[in-house]
Amino acid sequence: MGDFDFQVIIESLPFLFDGLLISFQLTFLALIAGLAWGTILAVMRIWGPAPLRWFSAVYVNIFRSIPLILVIFWFYFLVPLLIGRPVGNFTSALIAFSLFEAAYYAEIMRAGLNSVSRGQVYAGLAIGLSPRQNLQYVILPQAFRNMIPVLLTQAIILFQDTSLVYVVALSDFMTSASVVAKVEGRLAEMYLFAALVYFVICFSGSLLVKHLQKKKVA
Amino acid sequence: MDYNWNWAVLFQEPYLGWLLSGLQWTLLVAIAAWVIAFVVGSAVGILRTVPNRLVRTLAAAYVELFRNIPLLVQLFVWYFVVPELLPEDLGLWVKRDMPNPEYVTAVVALGAYTAARVAEQVRSGIQTIGKDLVNAGLAIGLTPLQNYLYIRLPISYRIIVPPLTSEFLTIFKNSSLALTIGVLELTAQARQIENYTFQGFEAFTAATVLYLVITLLVVLLMRLIDQKTRIPGSVGAN
Repeated sequence: MGDFDFQVIIESLPFLFDGLLISFQLTFLALIAGLAWGTILAVMRIWGPAPLRWFSAVYVNIFRSIPLILVIFWFYFLVPLLIGRPVGNFTSALIAFSLFEAAYYAEIMRAGLNSVSRGQVYAGLAIGLSPRQNLQYVILPQAFRNMIPVLLTQAIILFQDTSLVYVVALSDFMTSASVVAKVEGRLAEMYLFAALVYFVICFSGSLLVKHLQKKKVA
Repeated sequence: MDYNWNWAVLFQEPYLGWLLSGLQWTLLVAIAAWVIAFVVGSAVGILRTVPNRLVRTLAAAYVELFRNIPLLVQLFVWYFVVPELLPEDLGLWVKRDMPNPEYVTAVVALGAYTAARVAEQVRSGIQTIGKDLVNAGLAIGLTPLQNYLYIRLPISYRIIVPPLTSEFLTIFKNSSLALTIGVLELTAQARQIENYTFQGFEAFTAATVLYLVITLLVVLLMRLIDQKTRIPGSVGAN
């Protein structure tokens, strides 16, 4: 290990940065889509009629039982088949992540929605809000506020999970690092550097979560 | 949608054999890694609650390090980098003579990663017990070690059965990452069947169903353990 080569890292920085942008893009888009779909699933699970409740429960339990890599493979295979033409691996990965993360966000949302006290729900109805308005103006805003730390933690997990697009060769940060590692024959340097970058980003994120949790208690 | 269904492919050789062998490797990776995760995670979790500040900090550093790096990156570091960092003789042995290196690496990596998560559960279990019981133990003359052995640990492990269940479920799912270093576990075999036969639907459905069965069995097993070990009088006890 005496010949640790920093030069190879410095030279590949622009390439790695492009990869990091893809990772961030995928995280951000999957977060938005997963959160939206997850919220709908949670609302269906709590207030929906029986068939929707049942659908939501089955959906969440199936997605939570299978590995993310399998989901990525499923949609890498399924999406082009359904659309009838090849789509990029970014699109299929984004669909896979959104649908997969939604199952986890649905469980977080369900806990958050249940954490809003019944008094609030009744008060909203009593002042004449429709159930939809009640959800939109009374319940969801409070639920979201309670859930911010958990949602952020899940976002950090999502960011780490995006490294799995390696299996369909989408050039995110991890795949880019491994391409350089193999081409330059510098495995130790590149994988340790990748570990460092992920650590710095995720650790900063988790410090932020701790800060928010303290603020909430105060 | 243009697709030729052929469910029979799942029951033909060699594909049936591939699926079963994949299932076997998934179980072997996950269960061996769980043993490491449980032992190391318990040790780290307990060390996070001891009076010595340096020990506590080191244990916390372990948790932060392993929690904030994606499992895939950790796996590659264990596989490609760690043998280079070892003393020369040991490094050579790992690279040349260690039997089944992909499997061993996957188990160690997954075990060390999950240990950080188990440690958090063990720590929070010990901390929820509160000061009263600990002080009561000290008052009747138990040493700090006896206090851990007879009061703090037995109670906390019984409290944390449900969160440990979800970590145990996660380890089966995470064992799929072993395919990136060449362990032909369940997901890898499903993918391989798709590549050979183009029957992706059938192959991935088979893998999905097998993972669901694993989840179901684990949940039933852990529910049994939870019922047997539940502290009488606690919430949900019979």
